[in-house]
Amino acid sequence: MAEERFEPKIVAFLCNWCSYRAADLAGTARIKYQPNVRMIRVMCSGRVDPTFVLKALSLGADGVMIAGCHPGECHYLEQNYKAMRRFSMLRHSLRALGIEDERVRLQWASAAEGVQLAKAINEMVDQVRALGPLNWPSNWSEDVDAAIERIAEEHTEAMEVPA
Amino acid sequence: MSEKVGVYICHCGTNIAGVVDVEEVAKWAGENLEDVAVSREYKFMCSSLGQELIEDDIKNEGLTRVVVAACSPHLHEKTFRRACSNAGLNPYLCQMASIREQVSWVVEDNEAATEKAKAMIAGAVNRVKLHEELEPNLVPVNPNTLVVGGGIAGIQASLELADAGYPVYLVEREPSIGGHMAQFDKTFPTLDCAACILTPKMSDVGAHPNINMLTYCEVEEVSGYVGSFNVRIKKKAKYVDEEKCTGCGICIEKCPKKVLDNVFEVGMGYRKSIDRPFPQAVPNIPVIDTESCTYFQRGKCKACEIFCPTGAIDFEQQDSYLDLDVGNIILTTGYDLFDCKAMPQYGYGRLANVFTSLEFERMCNASGPTEGKIVLRDGVTEPKSVVIIHCVGSRDENHNPYCSAICCMSALKFGHLVMEKTDAEVTSCYIDIRTTQKGYEEFYNRLLEEGMNFIRGKVAEVTDAARLPGEEDKLIVQVEDTLLGIQRRIPVDMVILMAALEPRADAKDVGLQFGISCSMEGWFTERHPKLDPVATMTDGIFIAGAAQGPKDIPATISQGAAAAARVQGMISVGEVSIEPVVATIHEENCSGCRICNTLCPFNAIEYLEDKEVSYINAALCKGCGTCVAACPAQAITGAHYSNEQIFAEIEGLLYDVISGNGAKAPRVEREPVPA
Repeated sequence: MAEERFEPKIVAFLCNWCSYRAADLAGTARIKYQPNVRMIRVMCSGRVDPTFVLKALSLGADGVMIAGCHPGECHYLEQNYKAMRRFSMLRHSLRALGIEDERVRLQWASAAEGVQLAKAINEMVDQVRALGPLNWPSNWSEDVDAAIERIAEEHTEAMEVPA
Repeated sequence: MSEKVGVYICHCGTNIAGVVDVEEVAKWAGENLEDVAVSREYKFMCSSLGQELIEDDIKNEGLTRVVVAACSPHLHEKTFRRACSNAGLNPYLCQMASIREQVSWVVEDNEAATEKAKAMIAGAVNRVKLHEELEPNLVPVNPNTLVVGGGIAGIQASLELADAGYPVYLVEREPSIGGHMAQFDKTFPTLDCAACILTPKMSDVGAHPNINMLTYCEVEEVSGYVGSFNVRIKKKAKYVDEEKCTGCGICIEKCPKKVLDNVFEVGMGYRKSIDRPFPQAVPNIPVIDTESCTYFQRGKCKACEIFCPTGAIDFEQQDSYLDLDVGNIILTTGYDLFDCKAMPQYGYGRLANVFTSLEFERMCNASGPTEGKIVLRDGVTEPKSVVIIHCVGSRDENHNPYCSAICCMSALKFGHLVMEKTDAEVTSCYIDIRTTQKGYEEFYNRLLEEGMNFIRGKVAEVTDAARLPGEEDKLIVQVEDTLLGIQRRIPVDMVILMAALEPRADAKDVGLQFGISCSMEGWFTERHPKLDPVATMTDGIFIAGAAQGPKDIPATISQGAAAAARVQGMISVGEVSIEPVVATIHEENCSGCRICNTLCPFNAIEYLEDKEVSYINAALCKGCGTCVAACPAQAITGAHYSNEQIFAEIEGLLYDVISGNGAKAPRVEREPVPA
């Protein structure tokens, strides 16, 4: 029997007006894409709090996609620009934590771009599959309380001013 | 108390059931998901029988939450919310999982599809338990309407509303209503004169008891929301008392100062320093142009004041402000004409006998600068040959990529007028002839029969550099005839440039002022390009006419009437329901940092100086949630999309991953880490 292929789990946040409709269109047009992405509807990509992404990763997701209207086409005039700003800061922080860029993706998809969204999803699934599991939760220390105390100690040590 | 959740899985015929094992999913949901009291699958949930199933369970089983796993919520969310509502459950306690568009139609492998469907349902169940009851807000609609822009679109919208018995304020920034249509000579394809069909409508507006016409005015400030907008109007000083002026015109006659009229006559004719744009102006009240008026410039003259029989001239008049309360606003601000100087290869502004389409309109107009005679720039010589160049600034990547929609028909009309009034030979240089409306193609055929020449090709250059015999003192039009595949040089006396229609130069500012968006080019964006062409994303603000995109007079009038009909609908219902999916600031957590204030494009967030906190006006909030995500103190909650609801949904979606890794463990509430 062939070795079982790693199937990444990806959470996608789709804005109600463009990207969720792109997903609707992909469905209506029967465009097949990999089943690894599970979608959450938000009203706007601007609603995506970076902690949503961290939450998903910390629960065991291997990647997160944020999808919104193209710049200049936001249903709420310009909120996707704010999503874009937040995304670059988030990516910077994630990079510092050692999380690969491909695991968190910002994707523009207009309501007419079912094909493009499906393509982006396939591409992302392949990339994350190649990276392998993120395994964030299993990297949690067995004894969470002790770990948190240790963080506090390390923090205090680091803040100590040398005599 | 734990919730009782009902889960309903739709087969959608075989659309879902053919791929997803619906029986298995229903069984699984009933057995494995916490708080699920009922879990059923049914052939068509959206059918009346399917809806009854839900309604009965709510009544008999005492369900407190409903999850419907079926098609996209964009299709049937309303249906199932209504079903809940019918059974006495708040409609916002229902959640859909899109297992058709996002699962059965896009996943090839049946097993994988069933797994994905389970995850989506787990997410929905987890989330719905945290839903809150929401009630739409009802606000009354003020029956007054503001129409901005007194062109034909605004005139039509105002008349429709006024005739229906509702008060209208029509604001126009020029001294007279009428817009571009008042400048035209004939209208295609019937060739009836623009003034003959427009001026009666203009006088109707002027005389209508329900219309308050505010000419020479501009909108200064807009606040409020659908049903009750407050608008501040700036009334620019006319230096003529509107109450006293009878419009006799003696002041115009006596004014000694004549200046070039760059607005109405597009630089082709002259006006006095005190004047009205055209003789049939509505209102027929002249305005003093302080830039050129001898009295305002040098402090002497006052000829108009001396001769005015009613003492209406008032040099001391100041700009004044007017505050209006209106329920709805219709924007009909029209278009600007492409500046042909931006295409120097066509020589406009450098070669005297190159005219723009609007200049030519004025020339053809019997009350225009040449009294309707088609002559060269010298004012006397009749042209013997004319070339009309299409798509100047339209369908051109360097300028505007779109088609301006009216130029082909205008060009045909010009061709007809030239041939009717002169013996000149007319040639049209086109890319494609677009005659798509009723009677338009027939008009094109008529021009073909009348002997207008057509060359398919984009003109490369218009020059006065004669090279060949017969080109002396002529304009030479260099064009490739793409149908014959040859280069041609056509020597002519006159060239007419069919200039593109462009968004108003200040369209983006106006959009911002009214809280509506513009396309990349600057046309106002409609709510839906096909299904909702006159509404905008901002409730209570409608658009009509060329402000929304290039269009001809019949289309403009249809939109004006359509916008008025939409407004009438709002007024006759009398109140409007405002979506409760909005953000709220919890004052006790707000530090008053104001980060959220600048994030809102709808100006829904204001800072309360006295309390030192920010406040969201629910009537203006559109519920995008950007401020919720940005608040560093988490003082803002987004109804129906709260952090807790989304976290719960993520947990549900990853239920299988979590059960494998026990990731839920560290989520236990902890004391903050000591610093």
